[in-house]
Amino acid sequence: MAQTMVQVNNVFKSYWRDTMEIPVLRSISFDIPEGEFVALMGPSGSGKTTLLNLLAGIDRPTQGNVTVAGSQISGLSDSSLARWRHDNIGFIFQFYNLIPVLTAFENVELPLLLTKLSKAERKKQVELALGIVGLADRMKHYPNQLSGGQEQRVAIARAIVTDPNVILADEPTGDLDKKSAEDIMELLSQLNAQYKKTIVMVTHDPRAAEKAHIIRRLDKGELVNGDGAR
Amino acid sequence: MPKLLGYSYKNSFARKLTSILTLSGISLVVFVFSAVLMLSNGLKETLVATGSDTNAIVVRKAANTELVSLVGRSQSDVVKTDKGIARAADGTPLFANEILVLISQPKRSNNDPSNVPVRGISDGSMKIRPNIKLIEGRMFNPGTSEIIAGKKVAGNFQGCGLGETVRFGMRDWTVVGLFDGAGSGFESELWGDVDQLMAAFERPVFSSLTFAIDPAYNIAEIEERLENDSRLQVDVLPEKEYYRLQSATFSTFINILGVAISVIFSLGAIVGAMITMYAGVANRTVEIGTLRALGFSRSSILGAFLFECLFIAIVGGLIGIGLAFFLQLVEVSTTNFDTFAELAFSFRMSPTIAIDAMIFSVIMGLLGGFLPAVRASRLRIVQALKTR
Repeated sequence: MAQTMVQVNNVFKSYWRDTMEIPVLRSISFDIPEGEFVALMGPSGSGKTTLLNLLAGIDRPTQGNVTVAGSQISGLSDSSLARWRHDNIGFIFQFYNLIPVLTAFENVELPLLLTKLSKAERKKQVELALGIVGLADRMKHYPNQLSGGQEQRVAIARAIVTDPNVILADEPTGDLDKKSAEDIMELLSQLNAQYKKTIVMVTHDPRAAEKAHIIRRLDKGELVNGDGAR
Repeated sequence: MPKLLGYSYKNSFARKLTSILTLSGISLVVFVFSAVLMLSNGLKETLVATGSDTNAIVVRKAANTELVSLVGRSQSDVVKTDKGIARAADGTPLFANEILVLISQPKRSNNDPSNVPVRGISDGSMKIRPNIKLIEGRMFNPGTSEIIAGKKVAGNFQGCGLGETVRFGMRDWTVVGLFDGAGSGFESELWGDVDQLMAAFERPVFSSLTFAIDPAYNIAEIEERLENDSRLQVDVLPEKEYYRLQSATFSTFINILGVAISVIFSLGAIVGAMITMYAGVANRTVEIGTLRALGFSRSSILGAFLFECLFIAIVGGLIGIGLAFFLQLVEVSTTNFDTFAELAFSFRMSPTIAIDAMIFSVIMGLLGGFLPAVRASRLRIVQALKTR
């Protein structure tokens, strides 16, 4: 029986616009076992990305608890949360979010700068990560010298280079052509199957969602499909 | 060591135009700041070089310059017999009684008159100043209206070149030789026979007495003996110290004025750096959000942006100091507030000036980068990631 990697317990999230409260998530509760591949789907504005941000510890719930990899992150201080994110989360963004002035190697190396690894150890890790995503030959390329698919691969390498417990992907294929999107989804499936990474992916794309083992649907801030099993 | 040093470094010059403009502003301020300090330093070095460590000067008590000092012949005779005065191989004391007067002479460059110091020297004057070398012509003949000119005064003033004639004290004085004073203030003076000059200016007393100190005695001992001698009402100072004091008022004035101007200029450079960095933060909001999402703390982001500005400031500082270095080729001639005499000197760079200028540059960078860096570090991750 796999351990629970993510536990979301009665989470509410609201934003305030002037004096008006805008609820985004309502009474969300679910667990994700370790090694699962979960897709979060739903229409625009349903709260998918907000939920992903809560799991990543880059936003805080208005009410309720989020526990990831054994840590209840809702109560962590800002600096502890930054450290926790680094140790536990690999984040993949829709628009890759690579740093344009850094090479592929340097982009992937970024999270390792927060570790105590030596330069040689960092190099080894980066080369391994870029090797896994198939870009060992593009290490010295800058983002503007890469295709969209290649940029997203670099972003994936950056997400896995610290060997995180959970990979969170926000529309990872949203900015890619069909072929590149398929390649990226294949890569994520490989990370899940081969390296046992727990993956939570927000997507609009049903073909991308097919790769996930569990699909959770959100609508107007609420989970609409119970246990989410496909 | 900041974790994002490489990121800061690469971003410093990523936006070339704005970075170059900021860099130029900082370089310019550092250049002005360095130039002012170099000017003051050049003045000090020239005057300090005028004095020798092994000489002492005697002036009337409380006279802070030779120009207001009067030392009578009888006092000169008393001082000349002091046992602390070094002697030449032939046994004569290494001692010079001199007068210093100012004449007004037009400059070669603009015809404007300015004060030129004329020094009447005696037999011992050249002996106690071995750094003075005749470089052209010959020494003046004692008892005549011949003079020799320091190479700077010869170049800067009409009538002071070799073979030229300058009129003062109701006589025409012919320049028969030029001397090099090893960068000292003597190069801005005309030298003639002390007795002839005293007669021409109808001055029966000397301005100062200068002598070489016998190494067997120390200056404090000589000072005490002469200053306590009831026949003398004199101050005795090491020659170097005397000339250092001659630069005090003017160099302080240059420093205060120059630093004030530099600080005002620096406000412009700081605002320039701030605008550049604010633009940098605005352009890189998503990057900042990404770095925070990857686990970098607010302090890492703060440090990254501060270092970015710091890199620009360091390069700007180096350029400013580098440009200022070339000012050493420029010679300035102006009136020393302490002596009212025209003095020619050069801008002089020193390690201390370079370090001070670099510190000034770094402070400008830090002040310019601080508020934008705080803004960057305070961005909310979710909001930052939404910006596109």
